[in-house]
Amino acid sequence: MSTSAHVLSPAQRARVAYRRRQTVLSVLIAAASTAAVGTLLAVAVTGAPGWERVRQTFLDPQIARDALPRVLTGLWLNVRLLVCCAVAALLLGLLIAVLRTLRGPIFFPIRALATSYTYVFRGLPLIIVLYVLTLGAPGLRLQGMPSVLVLGGAALVLTYSGYLAEVFRAGIESVHPSQLAAARSLGLTYRQTMRHVVLPQAVRRVAPPLLNDIVALQKDVGLVALAGPIDAVRAAQIATAQTFNYTPYIVAGVLFVLLAIPLIAVTDRVTLRAARRQSGG
Amino acid sequence: MDVLRCRGLRKEFGGQAVLDSLDLTVAEHQVVALIGASGSGKSTLLRCVNLLEELHDGTIELDGEEISAPGVDPDKVRRRIGMVFQAYNLFPHLSVLDNVTLAPRRVHRRARVEAEAHARELLDRMGLGAKADAFPDRLSGGQQQRVAIVRALANSPRLLLLDEVTSALDPELVGEVLTMIRDLKADGLTMVLATHEMSFARDVADQVCFLDGGRVLEAGPPQQVLGQPTRPRTQQFLSRIIEAGRL
Repeated sequence: MSTSAHVLSPAQRARVAYRRRQTVLSVLIAAASTAAVGTLLAVAVTGAPGWERVRQTFLDPQIARDALPRVLTGLWLNVRLLVCCAVAALLLGLLIAVLRTLRGPIFFPIRALATSYTYVFRGLPLIIVLYVLTLGAPGLRLQGMPSVLVLGGAALVLTYSGYLAEVFRAGIESVHPSQLAAARSLGLTYRQTMRHVVLPQAVRRVAPPLLNDIVALQKDVGLVALAGPIDAVRAAQIATAQTFNYTPYIVAGVLFVLLAIPLIAVTDRVTLRAARRQSGG
Repeated sequence: MDVLRCRGLRKEFGGQAVLDSLDLTVAEHQVVALIGASGSGKSTLLRCVNLLEELHDGTIELDGEEISAPGVDPDKVRRRIGMVFQAYNLFPHLSVLDNVTLAPRRVHRRARVEAEAHARELLDRMGLGAKADAFPDRLSGGQQQRVAIVRALANSPRLLLLDEVTSALDPELVGEVLTMIRDLKADGLTMVLATHEMSFARDVADQVCFLDGGRVLEAGPPQQVLGQPTRPRTQQFLSRIIEAGRL
């Protein structure tokens, strides 16, 4: 290419200059309107009659500093639980989705079971699954009953794999039948076709909604605190009860958002890439 | 020796017979062209031969062995029959090389190195060597269809089925695919191809079959079927093709 040798025509130069002016103008307008809205909000909140009280009970820097270590310890539990539950729920969801696609009369019971699984665990409120597993199961007094934390994680995995299975299934069904015909015409068995042709395409296509569900799971892992283990929100609650000040909740909230940012950023990037691939880029 | 023998094939879709007591015999090294209007059963016939569709009657023999018999493993039959589709159907998540080596590696259990060497050799011979590591969406339609043919050839099939392989291509890309099929004929590969390219059928086929209403209405050497058709339906079909400037 010889772009350097090309001399712009007066018409193009005029267009470039016009576009540059427009860009500068829109940046200025955006800055001005952001400043205006920000100022208005700040004035409205800080000017409110109860602002001083709210600031003391929700935004006390000293209490925030004191609560931070304990909330962080709780958050570490959230992170560990999130990683384990996300991996387990993704694997279980994928397994159930694949079982639902099995054909043939031999597989009827397996198919029926997998289908009822997605119906039951998508319908059942997570809190009820949590209570049944963490409070009910230990009541059986069986040998080798795992800890409440593991049981709580199991409840999360059961519920979320029901949702994830449906996302995976949507992905599997979105792969065009002509891809199956091509794979089968090469002599690949149904299993090989699934493993090498359908699933790789399906998973790539549904990666954005899968990650979206993982972002939701990130907030729900804290619910195991209902059964005893101390997560970030629970730690904040304990700190609040000791000081009669709600600042620890704000600390926990900020930490959760910080934790979610990388995951959401990854989701956005994957979504963008998927959209680009779809448009044939 | 006959590679393919179809007797009394019947296939219905929703009570409508698409194939109706259809007979077809293909000898070794022979190229048979199926012509006929859309809906005449060309594609359905090819899909039935590859056992992608369930038959409603009749028998299919491959090398004298009845592949339509109950209890025959269709996966094992399909290893011996290659098929190429109108819309290429390449696997978009795999590179050209992986598309070609998938079946040799997973179906024939060849070692990766061996399968890749064979695939590269085939791709080189078909003028696609430089594209081995590209993904399908980076190839032109003609290149994609040639890769699809190489993918079918990598299984060393006894019989190659080509289902309107140039119908989705831009006119200037049709030539490269047809040249490749001509080369395969020179190598002695047995082929059945459904096509709308009458001049190509005349050029490359040993036998042309005109399908109408799910039967072979007229069959014979291309000069005869395309030159002096005896049946009114064949004459009508060909005159329409000539009107459209395709013959």
